[in-house]
Amino acid sequence: MKLIIATIKPFKLEEVREALTGIGVRGMMVTEIKGFGAQSGHTEIYRGAEYAVNFVPKIKLEVAVSAAMADQVVDTITKAARTGKIGDGKIFVLDIQQALRVRTGETNEDAL
Amino acid sequence: MNMKRFTHKGLAAAAFIAMPSLAMAQEAAAPGFDEIGPYIMTTLLFCMAGFLVFFMACGFAMLEGGLVRSKNVTMQMTKNIGLYSIAAIMYWFMGFNLMYPGDFNGYVGSFFVPTTLDPVGVAAADAALDYASIGSDFFFQLVFVAATASIVSGALAERIKLWPFLAFVVVLTGVFYPISGSWQWGGGWLAEAGFSDFAGSTVVHSVGGWAALAGAIVLGPRLGKYGKDGKVNPIPGSNLALATLGTFILWLGWFGFNGGSQLAMGTVGDVSDVSRIFANTNMAAAAGAVTALILTQALYKKPDLTMVLNGALAGLVSITAEPLAPTLFGALWIGAVGGLIVVLTVPMLDKLKIDDVVGAIPVHLFAGIWGTIAVVFYNSGASLGTQLLGIAAYGVFTFVASLILWFILKAAIGIRVGEEEEMNGLDMSELGMEAYPEFSKG
Repeated sequence: MKLIIATIKPFKLEEVREALTGIGVRGMMVTEIKGFGAQSGHTEIYRGAEYAVNFVPKIKLEVAVSAAMADQVVDTITKAARTGKIGDGKIFVLDIQQALRVRTGETNEDAL
Repeated sequence: MNMKRFTHKGLAAAAFIAMPSLAMAQEAAAPGFDEIGPYIMTTLLFCMAGFLVFFMACGFAMLEGGLVRSKNVTMQMTKNIGLYSIAAIMYWFMGFNLMYPGDFNGYVGSFFVPTTLDPVGVAAADAALDYASIGSDFFFQLVFVAATASIVSGALAERIKLWPFLAFVVVLTGVFYPISGSWQWGGGWLAEAGFSDFAGSTVVHSVGGWAALAGAIVLGPRLGKYGKDGKVNPIPGSNLALATLGTFILWLGWFGFNGGSQLAMGTVGDVSDVSRIFANTNMAAAAGAVTALILTQALYKKPDLTMVLNGALAGLVSITAEPLAPTLFGALWIGAVGGLIVVLTVPMLDKLKIDDVVGAIPVHLFAGIWGTIAVVFYNSGASLGTQLLGIAAYGVFTFVASLILWFILKAAIGIRVGEEEEMNGLDMSELGMEAYPEFSKG
C-alpha cells in the first residue's frame, strides 16, 4: 500500500479529482496549506509599504492506494496538475504499514 | 448661505419673547402651515439626518473591524459601541449646553448643565418656530460628537486598553469637543471672526484627527510594525469586505452629516440646498475614490482597495467644510485632492513611525485641513487667513489638551496592553472572547 502526497495549485483540485476518480481512485484527503518551494515567495504592497508573501497557498492531496496502482495515480496527478509554470507542486510516495476501515474493521488492501 | 449654526438657546429665548403676541394671535386663529411648516420640516430634517449620521457609528465599526486583525475584532466592536453610548450620555450631561451656551464669553460656556427637552406635546406658541424642536437638534448634534470619538478609536486600534480609551472618550465628548465646537457653531469667537466650516471638516473631523494623532504618538506603534532598520512591515486587515461595507455606510451617513447641516428645510431654497449638498457630497466621495484608485495603480502597479476606501472618505471630509456653494465640478476636484492627500500621507506617517491602523489621521485630519482651506474657492465670504486661524486654533487646543490627557492616563493607569497580550490579541487578553472562535487564525 502506498500513500501518495501531492501539493498542487488550488485551482487544479477539481481537474485532479476528476482524473483520479476516472482511474478508479475511491477516496482522497484534501487540506488547504501554505508553503514555499522553488516558487519561493513574492512581494506585495499594502498601504504604500512593501511586504513579502513568503508562503504561497497550495492544496495538499493525500491518496492511499494499493502498491500496484501507485504509479498510475502519480502519473495521473502529474498530468492533471501540470501547467508548466513554476509552482505546480510536488508528489511524494510513502509506504503504508497498516490500514483499517472504521465501520467494518476490514484491514489493509480491503480497507482502501 | 447658511454658514453658521444658530444657538438653540438664543432662538428659544427669541421665541419666548415673541410668545405673548403669538398667544394672543392663537386665540383668534390656530397658526397656519406658513408659521409651523418650517419648524416641522426642519425638525424632520434633523431626525432623518440624525438617523443617517447615527448609522455612521456602524460604518466606523465595520471599517475598523475589517482593517484590524481577527484577534482584535471583538475589542474594536466593544470600543465602538462603548464610545457611541458614552458620547450620547456625556452630550446630554454637559456637552450640548457647553457647545451651545447661548450668550457667552465666546471661549468657554457653562459646565454640567444637562439637556432638557421641549415639554410633552409642546404648543406651537412655545416652540422655536423659526428653528426646530430641541429633541431633534440635540439628537442631530450628539451623533456628530460620536463621529469624532470614532475617529480616535480606529487610529489607536490593536494595542490600547479598553478602559483608558473609554476614559478619554468621556473627556473628549463631554469637554474638549463641546468647548472647541462652541467657538464656531455655538456662536463663539471664531464664528465672530468669520471662520467658515459648514458641517465640520475642522470642528468634527480634524478634532478627531488631532486627538487620534496625540494618542498615536503617546501610545506608540504596534509591535512589529516598524523594523529596526526603519523598514515598514504592513499588517494587513482581516476582512476587506467588512471594511468596504463600513465605507459605504459612512458614505450614506455623510448625506445626513452634510445635508442636515443646512439646519433648515422650511423653504424652497433650503430644501433645494439640502439636495444640492447631497449631490456635491456624493461627487466628492466618488472623486476621492477614483483618485486613489488611479494613483495607487500608478505608484504601486496595483490598486490598493484600502487606499480607495480611505480616498472616498477623504473626499467626503474635504467637501464637508463647504458642501453647498461649489458646483459639481468644484466638488469633484476638491474631493480628488482629498484622495491625493490620503495616498501621499499614509506612507508619510509610516516614515514618522506614527502607526495609524485605519488611516484616520490622513483621512480626517489632513483632508479636514484641506477641506477647510478649500472653502475660500467657492465661498466669497471666507478668507484664507481666517480659515488658517480656525485650523490652527482647533489644532493647538485639541492636540495639546489630548496630549496632556493621554499622558495623564498613561501615568495613572497605563494605556497600552503588555507585549504578550498584544501578540495574543486584545480579544482574548482584554475581553476573553474571540470574534471568530470557530475559525483558524489568519
